Amino acid sequence: MGEKQILSGNEAIARGCWEAGCRVAAAYPGTPSSEILENIAAHYRGDIDAQWAGNEKVAVEIALGAAMGGARSIAAMKHVGMNVAADPIFTAAYSGVTGGFVVVSADDPGLHSSQNEQDNRHYAPHAKLIMLEPSDSAECREYVMGAYELSERFDTPVLFRVTTRICHSKSIVEVAGRTDVPVKKYEKRTDKFTMLPVNAKNRHRIREELLMEAEEYANDCPYNRVEESDDAQIGVITSGVSYQYSREVFGEDASYLKLGLTYPLPRRLIKEFASKYERLYVIEENDPYLEDAVRALGFDPVGKDRIPILYELDAQIVREALTGEPADEGYIADTAAPPRPPVMCAGCPHRGFFYTVSKKMDRIVPCGDIGCYTLGASPPFLGMDTTICMGSGLSTIIGFEKALRMQGDGRKPLGMLGDSTFFHTGINSLIDVAVSGANVIAAILDNSITAMTGHQQNPGSGRNIYGEPSPSIDVVSIVRAIGIPEERIRVIDPLDLDAMSRVIDDGIAADGPFVIVTRRPCVLIREVAREYAGMYCEVDADKCVGCRMCMKVACPAIAFRDGKAEVFDRVNCTACGLCEQMCKFGAIAKRGGQGS
Amino acid sequence: MKEFKGVHSILLVGVGGQGTILISKILSAGFMQRGYDVKMSEIHGMSQRGGSVTTQIRYGDKVYSPTIGLGEANVIIAFEKAEALRALPYLKRGGILITDDHEIYPMPVLTGDAVYPYDALEKIEASGTKPIVVKAAGTAEALGNARAQNIVLLGALVTAWNLDDIDWEPLIRQYVPAKAVGINLEAFAVGKGMRSMV
Repeated sequence: MGEKQILSGNEAIARGCWEAGCRVAAAYPGTPSSEILENIAAHYRGDIDAQWAGNEKVAVEIALGAAMGGARSIAAMKHVGMNVAADPIFTAAYSGVTGGFVVVSADDPGLHSSQNEQDNRHYAPHAKLIMLEPSDSAECREYVMGAYELSERFDTPVLFRVTTRICHSKSIVEVAGRTDVPVKKYEKRTDKFTMLPVNAKNRHRIREELLMEAEEYANDCPYNRVEESDDAQIGVITSGVSYQYSREVFGEDASYLKLGLTYPLPRRLIKEFASKYERLYVIEENDPYLEDAVRALGFDPVGKDRIPILYELDAQIVREALTGEPADEGYIADTAAPPRPPVMCAGCPHRGFFYTVSKKMDRIVPCGDIGCYTLGASPPFLGMDTTICMGSGLSTIIGFEKALRMQGDGRKPLGMLGDSTFFHTGINSLIDVAVSGANVIAAILDNSITAMTGHQQNPGSGRNIYGEPSPSIDVVSIVRAIGIPEERIRVIDPLDLDAMSRVIDDGIAADGPFVIVTRRPCVLIREVAREYAGMYCEVDADKCVGCRMCMKVACPAIAFRDGKAEVFDRVNCTACGLCEQMCKFGAIAKRGGQGS
Repeated sequence: MKEFKGVHSILLVGVGGQGTILISKILSAGFMQRGYDVKMSEIHGMSQRGGSVTTQIRYGDKVYSPTIGLGEANVIIAFEKAEALRALPYLKRGGILITDDHEIYPMPVLTGDAVYPYDALEKIEASGTKPIVVKAAGTAEALGNARAQNIVLLGALVTAWNLDDIDWEPLIRQYVPAKAVGINLEAFAVGKGMRSMV
């Protein structure tokens, strides 16, 4: 018996990788997947070589290179990251591997922290990948170890599909030691790894043959199991976290076909199970992936006709959908709590940028991107008209400028993204801004870190995943290299409101691509936070006239009470000085820190 | 601890950055040590930035679902008053609601677009359950470390929910930063005594 630990799904995946002899790991951070690589780096250094990649495609290619070269490897990403990485993944399914290769897709049903809730199980049949879906942390560990075996046995990348609730839930895992899996000797195999049409044709045939073998395996493997209950009238087919909700609701009143290997689907096993039950339920989150397969086999289960296709499930939703029993009434107060949306932190450098943008909305159309700064779309700034995906902030503006011009709208598109997003795919976008000569403003909000996902290093951070100094890529040098002329580049501190305003005005007045780089590190970076410790702004109540101008920057550290402003949260206030700049009566001053 | 069949559910609610996750780690480790199956679920990501946060812990002989539905929490621990009000529909009939009387104003309140429920505790009581009100944030600040609020609440929970057959102190030592162990043990002791104060 191994040692018992309480691990999140992400921690258990990291643990399983290590135990399985994985040697190379790469990822681009994205909730809910980020902690996989963080844990690999924190706990298994020396055994697994980990690195943040510039984007998910690069991460997959790093890991794939290692796998072709003979080392067991892993690439982890959130669901939308797999779209970015799809190109190498689809062809890697033809070429196969030398050492085992696992691709983790962490989906986000319920959109806790995402721009969509795409169901990446569809990628498995589409890209022809064997897919595993664990239901808790213990299975995360066990399945990822199995994934390496399957990857090598069937010569394929394995899609390891998890969801937010699996990644971020903790449960008990029995752990063991590391198996030393030697790196397989790399041998040149152009027939396998050089995907010229002639070779790819052959590999596609081999893939289809291997998938047929894999389906035979899936019918009788430890990942797909029937849990029979005596006298059960109900048969439930399920996978992932939905299995837990199913058991919670039906207990011993149902029998279960719990599927862990969900591509290729075990059609014989499904047929055997489904034909035994008059009442057949398929319980799954989001799309009817399993249900469609069950229907294709000639059965007519209850599924998405009753269970919502939208958002996350839980036991109550499943119970109400399938049994009609409503949730227990809890206690109901006759007052609702006010909404508490996430906000930019006190001292956040993005605040100065968005306050300024919000003042110029009559002359610009702001196009956004994915990061903390997406919070700038919320009230009171409303400083973002569009948010689609990473990198789009600097490319959508090229088309927007054309469309606005065609309808005689004189506003200028202002695209924005963060430093990490710029490195992710935004550089490509800026190249097209430059070569097309688009009459737009491109803003790069450089806070020196990948903030929203929990402060992962990026190519501009000057540190690697281990916190060690690494080469730092300079954003402004790239902007110059792309060919934006010096007179149309501005590098400024976004907390200087006058300068910020002037720079956007310059951008509006310019003819041709104009780039603004705002530079100020995130206040949550440990060294930065230390620098601000003990610093805060203070309102002189005698001078405060209650005009509420300082409230317009929407800082969570300042409140308006009894007709006066008050910086009530001195712990989180960093004395960034935005409220001080807003005050026309000199009522706000910085306190603490050096020289006071 | 009273023996029980089935599963118990504890819901922790607060505002991003308040340290709900640390005490849920301590609780889960304690329950595991005691031989229970445990699941804990928390959602982090965007909500870290000052939004509402919840952590769910379920323990018992065998736990399937990691989440707690409406009317299913045996205990709710609220780190903030308005969050207690928000979480109230999750409290099981006859369950225990422990809440700090601490107030953190959401952005819509700060900008004047929404009103803070200063009377949240009275409203909760009027709904039919008497909350256990703990001045955890105030106590922690008085002890010299505002971050120890969570451990004061842990102490209050241990008393209110009869969890004193688990040895919590070694777990607190293990999970809080080394230099803060003293203050946190003090905070725990004060929290344990707090039921009598309400």
